[in-house]
Amino acid sequence: MFSKLVPIPSGSMIPDRDIDKKPILECIGLGITFGGLKAVEDFNLTIGRTEIAGLIGPNGAGKTTVFNLLTKVYQPTHGTILLDGKDTHGMNTMQVNRAGIARTFQNIRLFGDLSVEDNVKVGMDAQMHYNMWSGIFRLPGFRKEEKTAHERAMELLSIFDMQHLTNAKAGSLPYGAQRRLEIVRALATNPSLLLLDEPAAGMNPSETAELMENIRKIRDTFQIAVLLIEHDMNLVMNICEGICVLNFGRVIAKGSPEDIQSNPAVIEAYLGKQKEA
Amino acid sequence: MKKRTKTSRRNAFTYALVILAFAILQAMTAAGAISSSLKGMLVPICAYVVMAVSLNLTVGILGELSLGHAGFMSVGAFTGVTAAVALQASVPSAPLRLLIGMVVGAAFAALAGFLIGIPVLRLKGDYLAIVTLAFGEIIKSIFNNLYVGVDSHGFHFSLLSDKTNLAEGGKLIIAGPMGIGGIQKIATFTAGVLLVLVTLFVVFNLVNSRAGRAIMAIRDNRIAAESVGINVTKYKMMAFVVSAALAGAAGTLFAMNYSTIVANKFDFNTSILVLVFVVLGGLGNMLGSIVAAAALTILPEALRQFSDYRMLVYAIVLILVMLTTNNPTLRSYLDRAKAAVTGKRHEKEAA
Repeated sequence: MFSKLVPIPSGSMIPDRDIDKKPILECIGLGITFGGLKAVEDFNLTIGRTEIAGLIGPNGAGKTTVFNLLTKVYQPTHGTILLDGKDTHGMNTMQVNRAGIARTFQNIRLFGDLSVEDNVKVGMDAQMHYNMWSGIFRLPGFRKEEKTAHERAMELLSIFDMQHLTNAKAGSLPYGAQRRLEIVRALATNPSLLLLDEPAAGMNPSETAELMENIRKIRDTFQIAVLLIEHDMNLVMNICEGICVLNFGRVIAKGSPEDIQSNPAVIEAYLGKQKEA
Repeated sequence: MKKRTKTSRRNAFTYALVILAFAILQAMTAAGAISSSLKGMLVPICAYVVMAVSLNLTVGILGELSLGHAGFMSVGAFTGVTAAVALQASVPSAPLRLLIGMVVGAAFAALAGFLIGIPVLRLKGDYLAIVTLAFGEIIKSIFNNLYVGVDSHGFHFSLLSDKTNLAEGGKLIIAGPMGIGGIQKIATFTAGVLLVLVTLFVVFNLVNSRAGRAIMAIRDNRIAAESVGINVTKYKMMAFVVSAALAGAAGTLFAMNYSTIVANKFDFNTSILVLVFVVLGGLGNMLGSIVAAAALTILPEALRQFSDYRMLVYAIVLILVMLTTNNPTLRSYLDRAKAAVTGKRHEKEAA
C-alpha cells in the first residue's frame, strides 16, 4: 500500500486509480529560511494528477508556508517545484496561477466589496481576451465573453448551491459561504492543482460532510488534484488518499490514512511522547 | 441580474442628472436668469467634475491615494492649448480645434501618467501619495521653465530661458512662468457637459467590465488578486493612465476658458481641492463626485458676501457636511428611506 505522496521510483507502483502516470506536482528539497529560522526545509512531495492529498501537522508546523511557497507568495530559498514537469523557478504568484495552481486562504481573502458573481468572474480574467476598448465601447467581444463568463460562473456556483447568492456582496456572506466562494473562485481559474487551506474551518459537522462530498465531486468533475491543509482529522482521513505530516518545518511522515494513524512519530507530534505505564 | 440592473439604473440616473442640469442651466442662460459670475464658472465646474470623476477612478476604484492629479491637468492644459493655438490658422472651426486640443491634451497626460506610473505604482499607500505629490510639483516646475514657440520650421523648445530663436512670423506659445497668453476662449459649456458625459461613459463602462472587476479586486485584496492570475501591474497602470488622460482633457477644457494660463494654477492646492471633491462625494461614488465638485466650486463664490471670512465659512461648511454624512443616525434614516422607496418599487413590480 504505497501512497502517491511517497516519491515513486517506477511507474508500476502508482495505484490504479490514478489515471495518468505523470505526477502533477513534484517538490524536491523545497525550503525557505526567514533570517536564521528554517520555516520549511527539505520538503519533498509528489502529487498524482487526480489525487486528493492532505497536508497536516500541529500549529506552526509550516503548512501554510508550504502553500505560500507553491504559489510563490514567498520565493523558496532552496529546492525545486515541478508543476506538470515544468520548473516554476522565477515565476511569480500570477504566473504560477496561470500555470495551473489555484488556492484558497486560511484567513479568507475575498474581494469583499464585489458581488459573489464578480468574485468568480475575477478568477476567469486570465481566460478572457477582450481589451479595454471593447470593454468601454461594449463591442461584440465584450458581450460574447461576458455572457460565457456569466454562464460559467453560475455553473461553478451551482457546485455549492450558491446560485441564489450571485448578487450578494461577498463580504456580507456567512463564514461558511465565504469559504465555499473562495473554492469556487479558485476553480474559476481552471487549475490543475487546487490548494485548500483549512477549507472546513468554522464549519459545523453537516457542512463539513457536505464539503467532503463537494471536494470529491470537484476532483471527479474537473479531474484535478487537490492538496488540502486541515485540522479536522475526520475530513482528512475520509477523503485524502495520501497524507503528508509536517512538524517544525520538516516532513515526519507520509503515507495512506491508515499508515499515518498508526505512525508513532505522528502520534508523538500530536499527543506527545507516550509514557511507559 | 438584479445587481446589474441596479448599477445600470444608478448610472442612467447620473447621466440623466447631468443632462437635466445642462438643460436647466441652458434655459436659464437663454432667459437671462443666471448671474454673470455663475455663467463664468460653468466651464470650470465641468472641468472640475471631470477631474473629480477621473481621480475617483484612482482613489475610489483602484484604492491608491494620488496627490498629484493637478499635474496631469497641467500637462493636458499646456499641450492641448499649444495644439489649439498652433492649429488656429489651419483649422478654422473652433469646436473642432477644441476637440483636437482635448485629444492632444488627453494623449500627453496619458503619456505622463504612464511614465510616472512606472515608478509610482510600485509603491503603496503613503509612499505613493508622497511621490505623486512630488511629481505634481515637478510637472509644475517644468511648465514654469518651458518655452515653446512655433514658426514656419515647426516647433521650437527650450528650457529655463527663451532660446527658441523663432523665425520671422513665428509665435512664442508657452512663455515659461508667463504661461500661455492670448488664448482664444473657445471652451463652451456645451463642450464641457459633453466631456463630462464622455468621462462618465468611459469610467462607468470601464468599471463595469473585466478591467473594472480586476481593478477593484486589486483594491480589495492584492494577494488574492495575484493568486487568481490577475496582472496587477497592468490593471493598476490601466486605471492610472485612464485617470490621467481624462484629467488631461479636463485641463485643456479648463485652460481654453481663460485668456491666459500659468503653471502655478495647477499646484498642490488644486490636487487637494479635487481630492476633497472625491472624499466628500464618497470613494467610488461618481454621482457624489459630480455633486461635490459642482457644489464646492460654486460655494466660494456664493460665500463672497462674507469677504475675508469666506474661506473660514467654506471650511466650516466642509466640516459640517462631513459630520452629517457620517452621522449614524442620519445614515440609518437615509437607509430606511431608501429601503422604503425600493420596497415600494418592488411592490409595484410585483403588482
